[in-house]
Amino acid sequence: MIRVEKIHKSFGEQEVLKGIDFTFETGKTNLIIGKSGAGKTVLLKLLVGLMKPTKGKVWYDKLDFVNLSKEELQSLRMDVGMLFQGNALFDSLTVEENIRFPLDMFSKKMSIDEKQERVNTCLAKVELEGVNHKYPSEISGGMQKRVGIARAIVLNPKYLFCDEPNSGLDPKTAITIDELISNITKEFNITTVINTHDMNSVMEIGENICLLHQGKLAWQGSKEAVLDSSNETLTDFIFASPFLKKLRNAAAG
Amino acid sequence: MLRELFNSENSVLYHVGKFVMWQKEIYKKPENWSMYYKEIVRQMYDIGIGSLTIVMIISLFIGAVTAVQFSYQLSGGLIPEYYIGYVVRDMTIIELAATITCLVLAGKVGSNMAAEIGGMRQKEHIDAMEVMGVNTSAYIIMPKIIAAIIVIPLLVSLSAIVGIMGGYLASIATGSVTEADYIKGLRSFFVPYNVLMMYVKAFVFAFILTSVSCYQGYFVKGGSIELGEASTRAVVYSDILILVADFIIALVLTS
Ligand SMILES: Nc1ncnc2c1ncn2[C@@H]1O[C@H](COP(=O)(O)OP(=O)(O)O)[C@@H](O)[C@H]1O
Ligand SMILES: [Mg+2]
Repeated sequence: MIRVEKIHKSFGEQEVLKGIDFTFETGKTNLIIGKSGAGKTVLLKLLVGLMKPTKGKVWYDKLDFVNLSKEELQSLRMDVGMLFQGNALFDSLTVEENIRFPLDMFSKKMSIDEKQERVNTCLAKVELEGVNHKYPSEISGGMQKRVGIARAIVLNPKYLFCDEPNSGLDPKTAITIDELISNITKEFNITTVINTHDMNSVMEIGENICLLHQGKLAWQGSKEAVLDSSNETLTDFIFASPFLKKLRNAAAG
Repeated sequence: MLRELFNSENSVLYHVGKFVMWQKEIYKKPENWSMYYKEIVRQMYDIGIGSLTIVMIISLFIGAVTAVQFSYQLSGGLIPEYYIGYVVRDMTIIELAATITCLVLAGKVGSNMAAEIGGMRQKEHIDAMEVMGVNTSAYIIMPKIIAAIIVIPLLVSLSAIVGIMGGYLASIATGSVTEADYIKGLRSFFVPYNVLMMYVKAFVFAFILTSVSCYQGYFVKGGSIELGEASTRAVVYSDILILVADFIIALVLTS
């Protein structure tokens, strides 16, 4: 479980987050949703420590994340996996070497065979085969996402963060990536936080949703609650597309 | 006013301060020596082998030009001709080998490092490593600096040798001095201390050009335009600082 309390973040004059309280629950796919520029990435970076909040607290269970000592932070890092919006795969390394990178860096006691086995397990988890020795530039965007996920889970994290996991993917591939992340979350009972502005994701895997709007938490709830909600910011966001609006009006009328 | 000077991103002092603070992050105990070792070897190869040709070509010509021009200044004078060998040798060892090689390497290796690291910053590779728990200042920068301070002095030695050969070839070809005289010159008035001075320079310049270039890349923001600017700044600042250091080393080591 991760909890943010009264979290603020400003860049100079610009106040991006203006006091947000939210709990990201264990074993669930927690979604941060909102329009482009709403501050989703900023919130995610605060959660993983790539940025520091201007004010407020981040709790990893009972750990005060912002004020951890170097050693405590280092050991918590081993429990964190992250999938970046642009994948952030190292382009000079092959798929296999990318996934093995955290093991090479931190699992000094592991033998080469054990590492190989772990890499293959992760590749199987993300349903990729036969690309071990390809370079990131030689595989498709969807496959790159899978490699990114495999790398994020290779150290068996307790927390998984995904920044727009299905941006730039066709709708069908996007759904399979969503399902993959959701399955991993359930199988290992981890705390997953996903940034998205994709409606399909919200309705598929939105177990615990945090809607950001103008720096504030505008709505929270599960996907089941979305359709019943009369929150205007939420309905504006969900039915942003003219096509959905028409369907909705037709259903209502 | 003073606070402005240290806090504004446009102020030189701000960057000097940030650069110095950053050095503390670089020289940390590695997470895993074997990963660092691999990276050092890769960098040594890139810097060394990658720069061999250009360093040799430039040194050959610098030696040749020194010889030809000195012989022009000598012509008709009282100074014996074998002095050409002596002058080329000392000019190369004391000044040209280290300075010219490192100015060239700032353009080649420095800009390359700034662009590579800046690209990693922009493509979130550095963030990805940070989240994994890697100390990126150490893992990305330290191997480059270690590789450079090992390999660049070697390149500078090579440059000195090739420069002296260039002087020889030019002198013989133009007939300004006989082979025996050039060699006699090379063997005259040799001061081993000058070689030490060459290595001090090579070592210091190597550190300057890698750490300044890495700094420019590591803290880059924005997109491809900023990346280009960072790469240019890496070369310009390295060059200026190398020449300033050259002056200071000359003052200190010859006093
Ligand atoms: N490092 C930064 N420096 C200054 N402003 C930033 C920085 N990162 C994000 N911002 C600003 O914060 C706002 C929210 O950005 P972001 O979190 O990336 O939005 P999104 O919800 O699309 O992910 C934007 O207006 C952006 O300009
Ligand atoms: Mg974003």
